[in-house]
This record gives sequence, structure tokens and C-alpha cells, in this order.
Amino acid sequence: MLVNTILENSAQKYPDKIALVCNDERLCYKEINNKAAKFSSYLIKAGIKRHDRVAIFIDNSAESVIALFGVLKAGATFVMLSASMKPTKLNYILQNSGASFLITHSNKFRIVKNSLKNTDELRHIIWCAPEGKPIYLGKRKGDKTESFWESIFKENLEPNPMKNSGPIDIDLSNIIYTSGSTGDPKGVMSSHHNVLSAIRSISQYLEINDKDIIMNVLPFSFDYGLYQIFMTFLYGATIIIEKSFVFPYRIIEKIVTEKVTGFPIVPTMAALLFKIDNLSKFDFSSLRFLSNTAAALPFTYIEKLQKLFPMAKVYSMYGLTECKRVSYLPPEDIDRKKDSVGIAMPNEEVFVVDEDGNEVGPDVIGELVIRGANVMQGYWKDPDTTAKVFRPGRYKGETLLYSGDLFKKDNEGYLYFVSRKDDMIKTKGERVSPKEIESVLHSMEGISEISVFGIPDEIFGQSIVAAVVLEKGEKISKKDIKKYSSQNLEPFMVPKFIEFYKEFPKSTSGKIDKKIISADFIKLFAT
Amino acid sequence: MDKTKEKIRSFMIENFLFGEDIDLKDDTSFLEEGIIDSTGVLELIEYLEEEFNIQIDDEDLIPENLDSLNNLEQFISKLLKTS
Repeated sequence: MLVNTILENSAQKYPDKIALVCNDERLCYKEINNKAAKFSSYLIKAGIKRHDRVAIFIDNSAESVIALFGVLKAGATFVMLSASMKPTKLNYILQNSGASFLITHSNKFRIVKNSLKNTDELRHIIWCAPEGKPIYLGKRKGDKTESFWESIFKENLEPNPMKNSGPIDIDLSNIIYTSGSTGDPKGVMSSHHNVLSAIRSISQYLEINDKDIIMNVLPFSFDYGLYQIFMTFLYGATIIIEKSFVFPYRIIEKIVTEKVTGFPIVPTMAALLFKIDNLSKFDFSSLRFLSNTAAALPFTYIEKLQKLFPMAKVYSMYGLTECKRVSYLPPEDIDRKKDSVGIAMPNEEVFVVDEDGNEVGPDVIGELVIRGANVMQGYWKDPDTTAKVFRPGRYKGETLLYSGDLFKKDNEGYLYFVSRKDDMIKTKGERVSPKEIESVLHSMEGISEISVFGIPDEIFGQSIVAAVVLEKGEKISKKDIKKYSSQNLEPFMVPKFIEFYKEFPKSTSGKIDKKIISADFIKLFAT
Repeated sequence: MDKTKEKIRSFMIENFLFGEDIDLKDDTSFLEEGIIDSTGVLELIEYLEEEFNIQIDDEDLIPENLDSLNNLEQFISKLLKTS
């Protein structure tokens, strides 16, 4: 079975059922499947080959869903990119993934135009643009074909001929780029089998069924958002697609009017919800469950959510893109296992191990290791980093995933997150690499040294601090740095605080001592 | 009336576009163009309440009121009339 099979099956079983709602659009399973099939025929006609990568750089939309299934039907691998990505990173990913096609939107024209340097493998750009608004990169970039989403569906295309020569389930279905601790994003490769295994496990404990209506405001570039589509389609349920949580009140209204049954959130969204007065006047009786991941949900949040949505079960979960999901806390255990992220999901094993890889006893801190068919295939074109997180498993071809997260288990086997082994920041539900921000800011003229770290923040989980030492005689301001950050980093990576230092405390080996800087910063500004 | 719009425009440019007024047309959607995120909206509300001495209800935090300079101008003038 392939990931696209879930759409094909549901299109047979529930042809006229609404699969997807986005703004004023309501598309049934048959329509989505037909459009995805047509799109795959187009890609094949345009020369796509099995195993090719296709970058998708658009906001959450019906097009993004049709595009990704079209890519899969054509036997290729999709690379879903954050819609707020800036040119430097987009260029890196286009080069690194070697994508041959890019599907994007006219509102990203300026970003795309500035992201095409040395992207020889990229042959074709498909613009999702309103009709009558043609976009041409111009003759000087003429090495790439450009076409328009709308006109593709007007073409008379041969049906997809892939029936017997198509992909198998150990082929890659997608690559998701995540922040890497070295600074450059890493491409997490998932096979069809990895994805199917994860969605079966997750939907089993969430008890997803064909009556579910899922409200998704999470970006599809984030596996948590992306998998909402897959779980919905596996069961012939319905997904409501929103671009963001910028207007929470609108989302709340839609939960009521669309009779939403499931609402996946991250802790920052919960914090924003709590800011709205009289939520209790709404009838949330349709809501069957809320789920949370990205960062652990503080117990006080769980209590508040239970009060706001008394009919809904709250699932506190934990995961990493490398294996999609690690654990979930069964809702019935919430009161007795307050700060736990729960137990391994079905069809997966997790261990806490010491430095030598031996499992440790209860309440002993060690590294979390994951074993299961949901574990990724490795990082794209990065065997060194892959080797660092993989160790041989029990059987031939099996690998264990070393998470880099420190955990402990209690005597009943419930998991507790302790800390990261590296210094990754978790903010607004995103994992952010301080190195990535540091290397971007280092490219700004006038900055001599920089140290980026996270400090606790009530709404964001952590907020980002950039401590900066300027070059002698430089007069750039905090605002200049903020502006530069906004132009070159995705919004969630822009430092909230910028502070100037004359010099940094250093270790004996001359390394910047981030621990001292951040402890001092917290003492001075955040208490 | 134009004053309201210009005040908000300067605030947006200063705080979200960092001085570059490219592309901020009267009907530019902050959401579509990725100018503002969920915490940005909170900053915008705080500014509007202080600058225009108004109280904005949670019910009014919807794109029809907030998601472009035109929408904001209409919304603020409505609030100022009723207060």
C-alpha cells in the first residue's frame, strides 16, 4: 500500500463525501482524487521521473493537498516547505533536495525569484496564480519551464500510465526539512511505509473514524499538520484547512459551525486561546478530542483546556519528525501522570538508555531511543548526520533511532521529558537551531560575535534572545538587527530580544560560554 | 479619516516591515502576505487600543475588521462613532 492509496480507497468508498473544506471551497473525495490524478498525468507528461523530488511552497490550501497526492501518484517524492521561508533557506533546500519541479503561488514570486541561484536541477515551476495574472521569470532565467495550475486542469491529458510500473512502499514519499543543530536544515526522508505505519498507530489511539471533522491550522510543512490530512483521508473523514491561527476567534467560530470533532494544537495556541474572554458561551459539544505536541503541554494548560472543552479528551503527545510521533498520554491517565508525555504509541517500542546503549531502570535519566516502522530512512544526502542518530537494531535492516532527547521512565513505564542533549530552542511550536540564527546574523556587516539562546516564555514556550558583540566603532542598532533578521529568517526564528555586549565570557578553550550569558540574561531581564 | 489609515500604516511599516513600505497597499491582506502572525495581531490590538483609546472585544478579532489597512480604517471609525 502507498500513501496515495488512502485517497484512492476513500474516493471509492465515499466518492461524494466532503473530504476537505478550505475557505469557501468544499471538495469531495472523488473531486480531489480526480484532480490529483490529472495533476500526476501532467507531471508525467512534463517529464517527471520516479524518485524525483517536487518542492511544494504554498500556504495551506486545497492546491497543496491535490499537489502532494499528484506527486505521489506520479511516483515522485514531495518536499513540503514552510510558506514563510525566506530566499536563502529556500535556495539551500532547492539545491540540497535537487527538486526537479517547484509548485508555488504568485504571492511568493519575490521570494522564489531570489531563490533560484545554482538550481540547475530545477526544471519546471508551476504557479498557482489567479488566472489572467501571468508570471514570467523572464528570458534570462529561461532555463526553467513555467506553467499555471489553472490551465493544467483544462488540458486534455492521458490518464496516468503508472499502473504497473509505479512506486513500491519502500520508496520515499516525502522529505521534511527540520532545523539541524549544525545550522543547515536536514531533510528527514520518510518512505510510504513509514508514513502509513505512523498514521495507523496515531489514528488508532486517537480513535479517528469517518465521522471525524478535523480542524487543521498547522502548516503542512510541519509533520503534525501534514499527517492530519493523511489520518483524515485514511478514514474518509473531513478536514478543515486554515492557513494559520492568526485570528483565533474565527477558528473558534468555525469549530462550532462546522461541528469540529478534533482539534490538534501546540502549546502556544492554547496560550492564545486562554486570552479570549467568554469562550464558555460557545457550544463545543461536537469536540471529541484535542491533541497537543511540539512541546510538552504544562499540566496547568491541560486543566484549563479540560475546563474550556469539558466534552473533549485531551491528548498530550510527544514526537520528533524523524519518527513522526513517539508517545501519547492516554487521557484517562492525565490526573495521575501529570507531567508525563505518556507511553509509546501502538506498534512502536521506546527505551531510555545509558551512554553504552543499555536500557536504564526507572527514574534514571538517559537518551530516548525509538524502534518501529515509523522511523525515518535517514537524512537526505547526509550520511554523517544519519550515522549519528542510527544504531543497528535487533534484526537485519533494522535501525534504532537515537533521539538526542534526555528522558526518564517511571516504574510503570511512563515517559518524562528532561531536556535536549543539544541546545535546540522550542518556540511557538517550532524547533529552532540557534546555529541557524547565528550563521544568518553573522552574515550581517558589523557583527563581530553572536550567541543565540532561548529563555522561558509564557506564550511561546521559549523566546529567542540574540546576544551580540559589535565590531569596533560599529553603530548598528537593535532595530537594524531586527530588520535584518526579519528579512532573512522565518518569523518564528526572529529574535524577540537583542542585547549588546562589550565582550562575551569565554571558556578556557576560547569558546563562547552560552550558559553564563543566558543565565545572566535571565537574571537581568526576565525576572 | 485618512489620518487613521496613515497612522496605522506607519505602525505596520515600523513594526512589521521594519521601515520598508513596499507592497503595503490599502487592501493588502496581512495574513495572505505573511506580514503578521498570531503574536503580531496581539501587538496590533495593543497599539490600536492605546492609540485610539478604544476597547476591542474578542468577537471583533476577525479578518473582516483587521486584515488590511482598509478594513482597519473602517473598523476603527465604526468604533469611534459608537463610543
